[in-house]
Amino acid sequence: MSLAEVPLILILVGLAAYAVLGGADFGAGFWQLPGGGSDDARAIREHAHHAMGPVWEANHVWLIFVLVVCWTAYPTVFGSIASTLCVALFIAGLGIILRGTAYALRSGTRTMREQRIVEEVFGVSSILTPFALGAAVGGIASGRVPVGNAQGDLITSWLNPTSAMIGAIAVASAAYLAAVYLAADAKRVGKTRLVQAFRTRALIMGFVAGAVALGALPVIHADARPIWDGLTSGAGLAAVFASAAAGLTTLILVWQSRFEPARATAAVAVSAIIAGWALAQRPYLLPGLTVDEAAAGRSTLITLIVGIALGALLLVPSLALLFDLVLKGRFDAEAEEPAAAVAAPPPRPQRSLLLPVAGGCAVVGAVLMFFFDSAWLNVVGALFLFAFIATGFVALARPAVASGTDDQA
Amino acid sequence: MIAAGHLPLATIVAQAFQPVDQNYLLQARQMQALSFATHIPLVCFGIAFPAMVVFVEWLHLRTGDPLYRTLARRWSKVMAALFAVGVVTGTILSFELGLLWPNFMATFGDVFGLAFAIEGISFFLEAIFIGVYIYGWGHLSPRAHLLSGIPIVITGFTGSWMVIMVNGWMNHPTGFTVRGGQVVDVHPFHALFENSYFWHELVHMYLAGYMVAGFMTASVYAWGALRGRWGRYERTALVIPLTIAALASPVQVVVGDWNGRTVADNQPIKLAALEGLSKTTKGAPEHILGWYTNGEVEYGIKIPNLLSLLAYHDPNAEVQGLDTVPKRDQPPVNVVRFSFQTMVGVGTGLALLGVFYLVAWLRLRRLPRSRWFYLAVGAAGPLAIVALIAGWITTEVGRQPWIVYHVMRTEDAVTGASGIPVGYATLALVYLGLLGAVVWILRRLARAPLDLEESARVAG
Repeated sequence: MSLAEVPLILILVGLAAYAVLGGADFGAGFWQLPGGGSDDARAIREHAHHAMGPVWEANHVWLIFVLVVCWTAYPTVFGSIASTLCVALFIAGLGIILRGTAYALRSGTRTMREQRIVEEVFGVSSILTPFALGAAVGGIASGRVPVGNAQGDLITSWLNPTSAMIGAIAVASAAYLAAVYLAADAKRVGKTRLVQAFRTRALIMGFVAGAVALGALPVIHADARPIWDGLTSGAGLAAVFASAAAGLTTLILVWQSRFEPARATAAVAVSAIIAGWALAQRPYLLPGLTVDEAAAGRSTLITLIVGIALGALLLVPSLALLFDLVLKGRFDAEAEEPAAAVAAPPPRPQRSLLLPVAGGCAVVGAVLMFFFDSAWLNVVGALFLFAFIATGFVALARPAVASGTDDQA
Repeated sequence: MIAAGHLPLATIVAQAFQPVDQNYLLQARQMQALSFATHIPLVCFGIAFPAMVVFVEWLHLRTGDPLYRTLARRWSKVMAALFAVGVVTGTILSFELGLLWPNFMATFGDVFGLAFAIEGISFFLEAIFIGVYIYGWGHLSPRAHLLSGIPIVITGFTGSWMVIMVNGWMNHPTGFTVRGGQVVDVHPFHALFENSYFWHELVHMYLAGYMVAGFMTASVYAWGALRGRWGRYERTALVIPLTIAALASPVQVVVGDWNGRTVADNQPIKLAALEGLSKTTKGAPEHILGWYTNGEVEYGIKIPNLLSLLAYHDPNAEVQGLDTVPKRDQPPVNVVRFSFQTMVGVGTGLALLGVFYLVAWLRLRRLPRSRWFYLAVGAAGPLAIVALIAGWITTEVGRQPWIVYHVMRTEDAVTGASGIPVGYATLALVYLGLLGAVVWILRRLARAPLDLEESARVAG
């Protein structure tokens, strides 16, 4: 593996994480689409909504991560993909806006009718977005994105047999993943009826996703021969087998109601197929453009990799903390403790040195800012001005709040 | 597997990203501008609102007063809703960089991409701790919960730092060499971190974030006060954001002056466009209002020597005119002038309001009682957003016709894809709906009944 391939590994890891975690969120939207006023139907939708809560935002940052690494490490590839596949990506973008907005709105709904409108927008966009992104992947995999500024066909690059199949696989596997994860969450909070409901859904969607994947084989054989050849030989074939084995194992685990291990095997099934795609296409990113040729210069690659590695030192423990809190049920509604009474400390004298300090900072900052030309002294001046704002705020806001005795506007 | 081309690679790529003939360049720029104008006010809340929420929660831990807990919890719901909308509008922006400007990304992505990678990590941490903070109420110990808010405040800063560093680089590009039409010898670290041309923008934007979030939040409660909603809860909720915005707004005047001088030194044509100065002049005047035609500002109020004084702190300094560069290298003067004057005018008004409030508080130890004060605070929030957007138009349109200053023209960066007007119209409609949705949810959250009694009972 060369240096030029390291960012590609990062992109693939990001794609796999997005397909699994973001995919489960898309699927949770899918399961909110069916209506029904019965208590069970409502409970299913509520559960699908609430399970996403704390991890929702983080799951979607993976997409940003993929885009950013792509345009930094393989800028011409990013420019080619974004311009030729602009329609598919724009549709995905619209879906992302609608989903995010609907998600933010749901907490404000009061009547069942309002809630259904929001859920329907959320559900439809949860199908639209993975389909459009899957179709874009299909365009890349079938060699329909040439190098250059909008050099490919704006429509057939993503509306073609391979794209349609990969879009369908994306939607089906998202719904499948979500059902498995929601069953596991329901089991954790001890809701038996929900466990049964999502177990059934997981089994059905598991078969549907498998059938779509099998159905895709002849299509890819006819429409995208190079990727077919890559997937049916060598490492590509191994990845396909790994994915199929993990998918079957997941079905068996779900059948046995062992959802926690099923979470992991389902993730492996999705990740393996992404790895298989990369292995099948290796060493090409786009027709005629290899990874080595597309990669940015050494200096860019090294700073990017070092930057991400340093970031990962903060990111990995933070993600672990979040998922640990969620998966151990610390955020479940049942676990809410009443607000702990906070004992008030004895009141302190209000006079303090803060105001004179704030005034001093303001003077020093303004002088450094106003009378000096050096950029660095100006920046130091700006820091003093920030210190003025911070100290001034603490000096003024607390007593102002505490002594709110006048009540006239 | 895919047949390789037989031309040398550099030739293939150079040919593939040649400038294209795009009939809808203006629409592409407007689509990008619409997306920024939607996203930037939300960014302000991302920068400043978490600090206010965490401060209020800290007050609760310090005083035990349940009112602060209620306020922090209610504000954190607003924070979550605005963050969710900010995430999606930000995602659209990162899509659009490629959808609309593929040549820019293909040519320079490797130069500035590092900043976006760090921004991505920063944003990731922000999203993680927003999740912990919002869902952690009542599930974490009070101290742990407060601590989980701190990373949100820090990452709000680092994220905007990285994005503005890229904007600073676009205005003052370094860290690469152009050789035979190819960008070579790329040094991202040098281009970004050793490029000092972003500090003034960062400080200016960070203060703007506190002004927008502070005035906007205060203005909601000021309107409430005018309608008689004016208890201890509302007063607290007005004083905290208003104090921080009032402190930031006079500082912004000093920082704005610094920005003007930095632009004068590095982008003299942008400065000339701010005033509409066509010829190089010693002791250049400044015109308030007016309209720029045929190389002159007509119908404006002329203030002699003001431009020289502002740009170089010397009333007789020479200021470079627009005609020192060919017409095709000049930005559209009236757009830049009008936005600049809007920003300065509104900003000055906000600074005066801020100083009035601070002086009133220091002298009287209470809030002003005049109805006019509450009307002014009520108007200050929307006006702060106007000034924010006007400021961004000033610097971004003032950069035209360059996307990378003096290196790549905007027209050479644009996509060759057709259908930009369709995309623009669709996005405009969707964002109109988004605006309606945001207003709707904020009103719903504001109207939820106050639960002071409940929290008072709980807190004993």
